[in-house]
Amino acid sequence: MKHLLSTRDLDRATAVRILDLAEDMAHTADREVKKLPALRGRTVVNLFFEDSTRTRLSFESAAKRLSADVITFSAKGSSVSKGESLKDTAQTLAAMGADAIVVRHPDSGAAHQLAHAGWIDAAVLNAGDGTHEHPTQALLDAYTLRARHFGAHSRGRDLAGLRVAIVGDILHSRVARSNVWLLTALGAEVHLVAPRTLQPHGMQSWPVTVHEHLDDALSLALDAVMMLRIQTERMHAAFFPSAREYAREWGLTAERFARLGPDTMVMHPGPMNRGLEISSAAADSSRSTVLDQVTNGVSIRMAVLYLLAAGSSGEPA
Amino acid sequence: MTGLLIQGASLFGGHSADIRVRDGVIAAVGSLSPELGERTIDAAGLVAVPGLVDLHTHLREPGGEASETVLTGTRAAAAGGFTAVHAMANTSPVADTAGVVEQVQRLGERHGYATVRPIGAVTVGLEGRQLAEIGAMAHSSAAVRVFSDDGFCVHDPLLMRRALEYVATFGGVIAQHAQEPRLTEGAQMNESALSGELGLTGWPAVAEEAIIARDVLLAQHVGARLHVCHLSTAGSVEVVRWAKARGIHVTAEVTPHHLLLTEELARGYDPRFKVNPPLRRDDDVHALRQALADGTIDIVATDHAPHPDEAKQCTWAEAANGMVGLESALSVVQLAMVETGLLDWAGVARVLSTTPAAIGKLAGYDAPLEVGSAAHVTLVEPEARRTWSTEHLHGRSVNTPYTGRELPGRVVHTVHGGIVTVHDGVLGEAESIAALAKEALRG
Ligand SMILES: [Zn+2]
Repeated sequence: MKHLLSTRDLDRATAVRILDLAEDMAHTADREVKKLPALRGRTVVNLFFEDSTRTRLSFESAAKRLSADVITFSAKGSSVSKGESLKDTAQTLAAMGADAIVVRHPDSGAAHQLAHAGWIDAAVLNAGDGTHEHPTQALLDAYTLRARHFGAHSRGRDLAGLRVAIVGDILHSRVARSNVWLLTALGAEVHLVAPRTLQPHGMQSWPVTVHEHLDDALSLALDAVMMLRIQTERMHAAFFPSAREYAREWGLTAERFARLGPDTMVMHPGPMNRGLEISSAAADSSRSTVLDQVTNGVSIRMAVLYLLAAGSSGEPA
Repeated sequence: MTGLLIQGASLFGGHSADIRVRDGVIAAVGSLSPELGERTIDAAGLVAVPGLVDLHTHLREPGGEASETVLTGTRAAAAGGFTAVHAMANTSPVADTAGVVEQVQRLGERHGYATVRPIGAVTVGLEGRQLAEIGAMAHSSAAVRVFSDDGFCVHDPLLMRRALEYVATFGGVIAQHAQEPRLTEGAQMNESALSGELGLTGWPAVAEEAIIARDVLLAQHVGARLHVCHLSTAGSVEVVRWAKARGIHVTAEVTPHHLLLTEELARGYDPRFKVNPPLRRDDDVHALRQALADGTIDIVATDHAPHPDEAKQCTWAEAANGMVGLESALSVVQLAMVETGLLDWAGVARVLSTTPAAIGKLAGYDAPLEVGSAAHVTLVEPEARRTWSTEHLHGRSVNTPYTGRELPGRVVHTVHGGIVTVHDGVLGEAESIAALAKEALRG
């Protein structure tokens, strides 16, 4: 694997391998010495054109646990600003000897361009590009699903037979896109729920079942329901009339949460809007995986960084 | 000016003949012997068509000289076989006064590579609020007949109605960039399953079709003439076909890139393929080709839109819309229309010369390759094959979408009003072309 730009590029075998490797990485967190020497002498650059403290910290801690040298460029307080082009910044970082570049950018396709425009040679890891993809988020979601469902018997398994509903602003969600391709590649059955205004054009051609009413999807025996963050500015662009109406029609209210099956996981990529897309009853319940997702994010990012930057196909010692 | 004898060209791809040019005019056509002191061009194996006329060119001067100038743009035009271009109004300052259009027209005249016909803005500053001084531009020495806010749609229906009526007063036409602005806010590519997958904001076909539908009804209501710029969807074809059947005075253009390229090219997020209107589906490409063949679409116009490197070496969302197209237009039309059997070379002459000149009220193109006509002649080698690269470009910008593609045909010679602007594929020197143009103007 040279780059990780999209989960579309991951077949079942590769995805399972990443999840298994992440499991190995997770075990190192339990050891006395939490650091692995795998990326000693390698430089990982976090290039964040869009502010996201949580994702940035997750990648930083993943790279540090692999003993990599880490350089972080953030949109705020550094040279990375709207005026400087992606090309110039990338070439500067490549000149510093970056082996892998983790990029977060507000424009769809930015990671793809870094990887393929011929500007640099480094491995590129997409940490979220516009409304396109966020592959490590999908991988950590898959990891969380697998770990909760199969527990100690997870290794080597895919998600065949699991049924997952993703609810909310699919149109603007890179998390939803990455999850659709990855979860279906892993054999899961994916249901998407959104008002017509927040469905991407042509979504019916995706390998999913589309619902326009949340209650229709919740009446299925779901293994997980993933609530997407809704941005309130969307209502000004007439995607929906008001926050109250959104919460009533598409929010995981306490009443809806109470109707879920006893084993249905409640997922959210964070940060949550409590009272809008998710009620506190759901977010704080034992079925919520929100904090697991954060923990698993570091393991997944260690696994992917290792595969991209270690420069060999072997597994870590 | 010395005489010129073009020998053995296949007229419109049909029978071969010699063409004698004297004083900028076609003096004789037939089997002719060279006269003493006459310059000859061996055109055996070449197809002769009238000089090409582009109704939609962005020359960028004044204000955008980093991307193109009248000189560099008309050199690109000549290299592509064009002898006349219509320069779009979205310069800086905007071509919304007699002063600006006269300046652009004079620059073209001075350089001599091609006739430059300025297009006047419909509204002041292209802002869509107040009519520009259309009468002043029409009565200026540039004698403007085509008015357009291209880049922007004249979206206010009342303003569009008034504009159609007012330009009719001066024998003009409104060339509309049909794009409903609210339906295309932030739009990045054709709205489709692909835009949904790529996470790029969609530019729905309905945003073009709705404006064309409104405008043909307005044109019918006020009895005016409408021209539709860069029509790009199968639905737009249907609307124009319907309007023509009802006798509405509407003409339409398609760009070479919309005849060949599809939205699939957005997959790699390479901004060279970002253009407005965006590349559409395969079904649209086929509908556009059929419509051009059957006359629903009247002409091909390049929408030559030069941009500096930095406007394309960035993310897709940040990148400017547009592609250069003057040098590649004829090759793309040959590939999409001639080699598919949809048009013959007479048809090519119609869609790339005679009809665009008629829409722009440009004299000298109504009796192509006939004795007494202005000597605008383009000689093409249809058998040539070129792997397209930026080496084939002659303007100031290199944002071509065709790099690496094999394109058929090659413009070998271009004759503009008797002046050989391209000989054996080589552009004439700027000073000598300017000197010849000056001499021709004096008569
Ligand atoms: Zn336009």
